[in-house]
Amino acid sequence: MNSGLVMYEEEFRLIAGICDRLTRDANAKVVFLVDKNGQLISSSGQAQNLDTTSLASLTAGNVAAMGGLAKLIGEKEFPNQFHEGERESLHMSIVGGRVVLVVIFDAKSSLGLVRLRVKKAGEELAKVFDGLAKKQAAPGAASPFAEITDDDIDNLFSE
Amino acid sequence: MSFINYSSREINCKIVYYGPGLCGKTTNLQYVYAKTNPDAKGKMISLATETERTLFFDFLPLSLGEIRGFKTRFHLYTVPGQVFYDASRKLILKGVDGVVFVADSQIERMEANLESVENLRVNLGEQGYDLDKIPYVVQYNKRDLPNVATVDELRRLINPRSVPEYQAVAPTGVGVFDTLKAVAKLVLTELKKGA
Repeated sequence: MNSGLVMYEEEFRLIAGICDRLTRDANAKVVFLVDKNGQLISSSGQAQNLDTTSLASLTAGNVAAMGGLAKLIGEKEFPNQFHEGERESLHMSIVGGRVVLVVIFDAKSSLGLVRLRVKKAGEELAKVFDGLAKKQAAPGAASPFAEITDDDIDNLFSE
Repeated sequence: MSFINYSSREINCKIVYYGPGLCGKTTNLQYVYAKTNPDAKGKMISLATETERTLFFDFLPLSLGEIRGFKTRFHLYTVPGQVFYDASRKLILKGVDGVVFVADSQIERMEANLESVENLRVNLGEQGYDLDKIPYVVQYNKRDLPNVATVDELRRLINPRSVPEYQAVAPTGVGVFDTLKAVAKLVLTELKKGA
C-alpha cells in the first residue's frame, strides 16, 4: 500500500496562505516547506531565482543527518536549526514530525522575530497536515493512479 | 515514499542507486545527467570528498513526462558506497520508492557486492521496507573490463530472485537508461497497485 504524501488543492491553498503570511510577518526573503524525504511542497517569497528542488533535497539531507546525530546523543531530534551566513541566514524547523519549514532571511529580519513567527506558523501547518493525514487515511480516498493503465505507463517510456 | 500533488498535478518518486564503493553509482547519474534534455532535468548535486568519492549523496531530479495530466518526476539519489558510511546510507533510504543495485562485475569485487546487497537488505528492513517487495532492479556494471565474472555467476550470487537485470558500462552509457527505465516503470506500477 502506498503511504506517500498526497496534497490536495484545498490544503495546498491553506499551506500556501500560511507560508505567504509567514514571509511577510517574519520579514523573510523566502519561506519553503519540504517533506522530510526531500520533496518540495510549497515556496513563497523571492523563490524565483533559487533552485528550490536542490534546496528541498539538501534540506531533507541536512535534517536527516542532524536527526541521526541527535539520536547518537540520546535526543529524539533537533526540531529547530539555525545557520548563520554573512548576509543570508537560514532557519529550519520540523513541523508535525513530517515536514520541514525553512525560512531564509537577511539583515531586514532577526533570528528572534523568525523564531517567534515560525512557532505560530508551525502550529497552524501542523493542523493542516494532521487533517491531510486523516483525509488520506479515509476509506475511498481517490488516487490519480486508480485510473492509470499499464499502457499509460508504457507510453511514458515509448520513445 | 511518493508525493502526489493535486495542486501542481505532479507525482514525485525517489529512486536510490545502491552498491559497493567504486561500482559506478555516481557515474550512472552523471551519464543520465549528461544525456538528458535540459528541460527535463534539474541541477545535479554531488556531496563528495576532495577525491571525488561520494560523502553523503548525489542527487538528480528528472522529469519523465505526463501520465493522465500528472507530471511524473523522479528524484535519483546515490548512497556513499564505502563501508564506513553506513549511517549516511540509512538516511538516504528514507522514503525510497525504488532501488537500483549497481554491482561491480569484476571477480575481485564479488565479496564487496555481496556485502553491499546484504547491507541494503538490512538497512531497508530498518526503514520498514522489504527488499523482496520493493521495486528493485540489478545492474551488472563494468562489463568492458577484462576480469569480470559471467552474468550467470553474478545472477546466482546477487540476483537469486531474478529481478530485472541489465549489463552496463556506465561511462559510455551502455545499459544506463535501460536500468533507469526499468526501475521507474516498476515504481509507477507499484503506485498503481497501491492506488
